[in-house]
Amino acid sequence: MSELDKISSIFDAKIGSAKSKEDLQNLKTEFFGKNGKITQQFKTLASLDPQKRKEFASNLNKIKDDLTNQLEEKSSEIENIEINQKLKNEKVDITLPVRPYQQGKIHPVSQVIDEISSIFSEIGFSVAEGPDVETEYNNFTALNTPEDHPARDMHDTFYLDENKKILLRTHTSPVQIRAMLNGKPPFKIIVPGRTYRCDSDQTHAPMFHQLEGLHIDKNITMGHLKGCLDYFVKEFFEVKKIKMRFRPSHFPFTEPSAEVDIGYRIENDKIVIGEGDKWLEVLGCGMVHPNVLKNAKVDSKKYQGFAFGMGIDRLAMLKYGINDLRAFFETDYRWLSHFGFDPLDVPTNYRGLSK
Amino acid sequence: MIITLPWLKEHLKTKANESEIINQLTNIGLEVESLRENSGELGEFKIAKIIKAEKHPNADKLKVCEVSLGGKETLQVVCGAPNARDGLITIYAPPGATIPKNKFKLKIAKIRGIESKGMLCSENELNLSSESEGIIELINKENDVGQSYFKSKSEKAIDISITPNRADCLGIRGIARDLSSSGIGKLISIKKKKFKQNVKHLIKTSITKDKNQGCMTFGSCYIRNISNKESPKWLKDKLIALGLKPITAVVDITNYVMFDLNRPLHAYDSDKIDSEIIVRDAKDGEEFQALDNKKYKLKKGMCVISDKSSILGLGGIIGGTKTSTELETKNVLLESAYFLPTSIRKTARELSINTDAKYRFERGIDPNSIIEGLEIATELILRICGGEASKFVITGKNSQKNKIIKFAIDNFENLIGIPISTNEAYKILTSLGFKCKKNKKDLTIEIPSWRPDISKDVDIIEELIRIKGFNNIKLIQPERKRDQETLNFKQKLFHLSQRSFASKGYLETVTWSFTDSKVDKQFSKGEKEISILNPISSDLDVLRRSILSNLAIHLKKNQDRGYEDISLFEIGPTFFGNTPGEQQVVIGGLKSGKVSRKSWIEKERNVDVFDIKSDVIKSLIELGVPEKDLYVSDNTKNCYHPGRSGSINLKSEKGPHLAYFGEIHPAITKKLDYKEPNIFGLEIFLKNIPEPNRKNRQTKKSFQASDFQKSERDFAFIIDKIFKIGLLENIIRNIDTSIIQNVTTFDVYEGDNIPKDKKSVAINITLQAANKTLSEQDLDQISKKIIDVVKEKTGATIRS
Repeated sequence: MSELDKISSIFDAKIGSAKSKEDLQNLKTEFFGKNGKITQQFKTLASLDPQKRKEFASNLNKIKDDLTNQLEEKSSEIENIEINQKLKNEKVDITLPVRPYQQGKIHPVSQVIDEISSIFSEIGFSVAEGPDVETEYNNFTALNTPEDHPARDMHDTFYLDENKKILLRTHTSPVQIRAMLNGKPPFKIIVPGRTYRCDSDQTHAPMFHQLEGLHIDKNITMGHLKGCLDYFVKEFFEVKKIKMRFRPSHFPFTEPSAEVDIGYRIENDKIVIGEGDKWLEVLGCGMVHPNVLKNAKVDSKKYQGFAFGMGIDRLAMLKYGINDLRAFFETDYRWLSHFGFDPLDVPTNYRGLSK
Repeated sequence: MIITLPWLKEHLKTKANESEIINQLTNIGLEVESLRENSGELGEFKIAKIIKAEKHPNADKLKVCEVSLGGKETLQVVCGAPNARDGLITIYAPPGATIPKNKFKLKIAKIRGIESKGMLCSENELNLSSESEGIIELINKENDVGQSYFKSKSEKAIDISITPNRADCLGIRGIARDLSSSGIGKLISIKKKKFKQNVKHLIKTSITKDKNQGCMTFGSCYIRNISNKESPKWLKDKLIALGLKPITAVVDITNYVMFDLNRPLHAYDSDKIDSEIIVRDAKDGEEFQALDNKKYKLKKGMCVISDKSSILGLGGIIGGTKTSTELETKNVLLESAYFLPTSIRKTARELSINTDAKYRFERGIDPNSIIEGLEIATELILRICGGEASKFVITGKNSQKNKIIKFAIDNFENLIGIPISTNEAYKILTSLGFKCKKNKKDLTIEIPSWRPDISKDVDIIEELIRIKGFNNIKLIQPERKRDQETLNFKQKLFHLSQRSFASKGYLETVTWSFTDSKVDKQFSKGEKEISILNPISSDLDVLRRSILSNLAIHLKKNQDRGYEDISLFEIGPTFFGNTPGEQQVVIGGLKSGKVSRKSWIEKERNVDVFDIKSDVIKSLIELGVPEKDLYVSDNTKNCYHPGRSGSINLKSEKGPHLAYFGEIHPAITKKLDYKEPNIFGLEIFLKNIPEPNRKNRQTKKSFQASDFQKSERDFAFIIDKIFKIGLLENIIRNIDTSIIQNVTTFDVYEGDNIPKDKKSVAINITLQAANKTLSEQDLDQISKKIIDVVKEKTGATIRS
């Protein structure tokens, strides 16, 4: 066995038992230090004859590289063990709760208004608004409601003055009048908003939300009205097909007037919209009465069109399975957290209305 | 309006079955609300006798009744009726029965500690009338105790919701006519039976010529020598099926004609009439005892039927006790009149009376049905009660002329979108009772007197499409096209601010626009109070002037439920006047309690003013206001803690007012008695948020960032205690905006080693140039400049 082989085998034995960086340092000194075994061998080079020197130098360098590599490998091995040991001691209980945070939510009424606006935006309606405090004229008279109509009773309408000229609007329809008086046809608007009636029990709240629709142009017929609402109802309930029925009804401001029912059935105590043999009323609509157009200074010989109105709270209840209308306005932390929507859950056409 | 099929079929010859008829009713606009079995459910309601009624030991207004159903055993029933007394015969509903009025299913229950088996019923509860004061009192029914009250096996009742324009369908014949028109059968013509009219009409009738006279026509027939009695079974069954209580033959006949033909009538005991009938205007303060056992004080303008000495009835609304018919009545005066809808409505509203007759007259009765009503009712009275009739006497306007419309047939297609032929239109209208003449392109249409709702082309179009069927209208798909923006800037802001606050942990709520004036007073800034004339309750009596009022009320309710660390917001209108438009959209928020309550990792602390300030600032930035334009000052309003609140204006103190924020005034939290009084509020006024300039929005400044090393320097200034740090930071920022990149206060200290009227402010400043790495020398130079300028502008010295 040559001298170099001996050194190599000593090294092998020693590196095998090295446990720490300190051991490695010692090993390094023993072999590569000033008087290290390898260093010593390099010192002998000078005394060798050129022929032998070349061969020996080549062997020596090989061994040097080999041992250096082994040292490095061992070093990272030991380092890994040390790190792992350290990390093991740093283990936390990852199941502990996160830092406290509050989860904000969007009210179902706001969410549904966004959904409806998005649906009607697609077919060219824009959003209009009007004041909550209205004149008796805009709320009733201009909308062709007779002077002594029962809706004008104190039982139904909140009044702000003794003469009953100023009131809280009982529907969003007065915005039809405002929009038409302030612009020129065609009109294509939806009007979401707060509405008020002197009514308070399990199924009625003194304030609720309505959405009004108005489309006035040349040659708008009841066929357009049907098409528009058929599109809306399908989009809103996110179904491909829906059973829908237009039933004749009566409103002072439209003629002909209709109420729209949609089919539903009950499955596992939950309401399934769109099919089944039961009917549910969802909105009222009709062709705008010529008297209303006249009051709004629109030439009814040239222009005609349709209007519709629906209860936003009621639509929200149907779509999201909420039972109690009154709870909408009671600000119960638990209810808001339960029925509210994530603020990032913005209804859009391209992404879809609901998750 | 309730109908039964057999009754309907007296007017309509049809092979259609129940469900076909119900469907068709709804299809032509006579919406069927419910269909209910009459006899099955109601068989359980038994005639019962109260043996003994004693005061409830634990309740003043309740009685414990021992009730007999005829057998030996008695039942114990707790009853709240004031008229429950020993010996009274009434109607008893056993446990398991469903009360017709409220659909409430009875159970054996303990009421104030006493067991009650079932209940004793009022007329209202059984849908017999609106009488709800006390339980039913049955007379001469002693022998029927134990039997079912609703004996007859009557037919199913179909409840139809009649829209206010369709007065003609408040009679069963009107409904039959509509059905026949829609092709579901044939209207059977009325066969009138002849009778003799040879007695003299003994009661003179007249209508005074008052201004606003509510009666147009007063027709009557005098019938003598009748023997009034219980109605025959067929008549009683008919009325019971509609939910009415049979009384005597004469009254039942008038009711029968009203429901059959929509022709209200009234029968007077003519022996009780003082010489003559005068239809006149009431005098202010006149009193009248009505058949509902109430005394009414009348006003001028109310149409009354009177005799020489007193008032006998409110025309078209309700009769009086003075001349009411009874079993003993021998001679009657039968009235068939026409009262003006407006007059009826006004009187009934002022006196709060609702009767079947009033309901019909206010919607419009056929003015030409006076004689027909008299004919049919007189014949029935003679047939059932015997007697002899007079000729009819009609006072006032005799008949009304029918309106005529010329209707161009094309108008139908123009509005509906599908065509109709002249023949089809003719057929529909004729079957509805319109008289039509066909012309080339139009129809000349005479409107029947029972359709006061028809006067225009659209009314005719509606009739045509209603009967033709809405399902025949072809729908036209909407075009997916948008010519105008869906939302304007303010509407976009509205939607964005909802998402902005919800994403900061606030729960959005929607509360009523009205509130409690006592609370609103606390939060308003002295705007005019807007009270509601007829609020639903005294704690919802004003329109809110502040968005915080309702939030404050609801925050308290949540705290009382045990939720103290919550953040709420609402975005909606507040009002500053009662003229339309005197309102603005405000975002309001409240935050209460602690941050990190009971956390294993974070230190628990109170929510503070800098939490709410941070929420306001972040949201304003999200709403598009640049951070540098937010001017914060300590201007505040009364509802906030004067030392821990402020305002944000646009650009300067005088700029548009964007927001208030701060701690809610401790006096308010004390007054409202909060469990957790650490509450902070915010208000943002959307109308003052500027619309970004379109150009700025579209072309952002080009991006520039320095590649050279940045440096930081810390400074500690000793400055007057009252000097605002926001201002100090601004002064430093403006010393050299090309080099000073960021200024942050990281410590504020008052106390030891600092003079009493001073504070120490530690500020970290980031320095970086665009064109080179700043040398030590450069840094020293700028530091010196900072120290000098601050000293010059604020008097502050550097802390050594």
